[in-house]
Amino acid sequence: MNLHAPLSTFAAGPMTPEPLRVRSIRRETADTWTFSIDVSRRPGGFPFRPGQFNMLYAFGVGEVAISISGDPGRPGELLHTVRTVGPVTHALRGIGRGGTLGVRGPYGQPWPLEEARGQDVVVVAGGLGLAPLRPAILHLLRHRAEYGRVSVLMGARTPEDLPFRRELMRWRTNSRLRVLVSVDKASPGWTEHVGVVPALLRDVEVEPARTVAWMCGPEVMMRFAVRELERLGVPDSRIHLSLERNMKCAVGFCGHCQLVPHFVCKDGPVFPYERLRPFIHLREV
Amino acid sequence: MPPPLPSLEQHPFLSGLSPEQVSLVARRSHAVSFPARALLLREGEQANTLYLLRSGRVVLEQNVPGRGPTLLETLKGGDILGLSWLFPPYRWHLDARAVEPVEAFAIDASCLRGPTPEHPVLEPVLAMRLLRHLYDRLERVRLQRLDVYKAGA
Ligand SMILES: Cc1cc2nc3c(=O)[nH]c(=O)nc-3n(C[C@H](O)[C@H](O)[C@H](O)COP(=O)(O)OP(=O)(O)OC[C@H]3O[C@@H](n4cnc5c(N)ncnc54)[C@H](O)[C@@H]3O)c2cc1C
Ligand code: FES
Repeated sequence: MNLHAPLSTFAAGPMTPEPLRVRSIRRETADTWTFSIDVSRRPGGFPFRPGQFNMLYAFGVGEVAISISGDPGRPGELLHTVRTVGPVTHALRGIGRGGTLGVRGPYGQPWPLEEARGQDVVVVAGGLGLAPLRPAILHLLRHRAEYGRVSVLMGARTPEDLPFRRELMRWRTNSRLRVLVSVDKASPGWTEHVGVVPALLRDVEVEPARTVAWMCGPEVMMRFAVRELERLGVPDSRIHLSLERNMKCAVGFCGHCQLVPHFVCKDGPVFPYERLRPFIHLREV
Repeated sequence: MPPPLPSLEQHPFLSGLSPEQVSLVARRSHAVSFPARALLLREGEQANTLYLLRSGRVVLEQNVPGRGPTLLETLKGGDILGLSWLFPPYRWHLDARAVEPVEAFAIDASCLRGPTPEHPVLEPVLAMRLLRHLYDRLERVRLQRLDVYKAGA
């Protein structure tokens, strides 16, 4: 079972990428694609815990950290959802179906699923921040009876920028989750919320003593959402954030991802807000 | 059965005011309903009403020449709508359209604009609430205009 999967399952050592084949690629938005990577030759597939990431290597170009966006209950299917922003992600996109990329991982601390058992869960996702949260949501759905009320608050720039849009709508209609979607800007015809994601927190009944919040998205958005949760009385220890920092080694050697005393690659990317509070407002040099 | 709609004194904008203060507002307000797609405010028209939304959702719309209408923010039950009556020239700056059927209280804004012999105490109390509301909205607009989802942002 994924919750008890080891944090790392390296096939060839922590710094050596394993060549794996791209099984299929699905378009999510204009610049974002979900890659299904063939792990059928690995015994046990690719077990991971929700919130963890892999380093993906476009051979000859470079390596980047990408969250695992698939279902932890299906380790036979490894999914990554990638937005093309620069050289490595463009090269990854260029690999195409049947091509080979390098994978090492999984790395990092997962969402605290055990701690959330019996609690209400508020998931706050901004844009591609839904990718690392998706495995956690799929876990909650699979073990629905073990958790209280689950709300998913999702924000994007425009309706066209929503990743996993069809799935979000499906989650909403199956009614075991409360799904609220908001975009910053829309044209007439859009009947969901318009505005920033933290405003959606006003639509969720939050009992601070039995609510945990997990969020991932642009850091500024998360800071606003944390402020809103604090106003509602949710303690910092119950709020968890997934952070992004520039990564190289992903195993705590190189210091690229350091956030004062923490290494985002091994102490994170998921942190309780009480540990981040003193450092999150510091500017990087 | 849907829950009963909040009464005037239960609306978050007024809750906590004294019965005398609420009754002063009540005298200048009435309940209104709008069907889906109705315009509650139309840009350029005279602004003289503060709406306290009780249920339903309203979207603020800005018409951008050449680009058509853009949806800016959704307001809903518990929110207030319409502030252009605060300062001259008292004209709406935006359109506000019901996304679904809306129930609201419409308050005659002339009784809210400034201290009058009739409202010696009410005005500062409501002014603070309006300020709170404007501050919250300013924070939201700031975040919205940061365009945080842009690639590489
Ligand atoms: C733990 C973790 C999980 C991630 N998960 C995903 C994911 O699921 N999907 C996805 O598309 N991306 C994810 N990223 C971000 C991804 O690693 C970067 O977008 C990638 O490194 C860009 O590489 P590039 O060579 O294509 O672009 P670059 O040329 O390196 O960068 C292009 C733009 O992206 C910004 N950027 C680069 N690296 C990062 C970074 N680490 N964090 C934030 N901004 C960065 C740069 O400032 C620049 O504006 C994750 C990052 C981390 C640290
Ligand atoms: S990426 Fe090297 S220490 Fe974290």
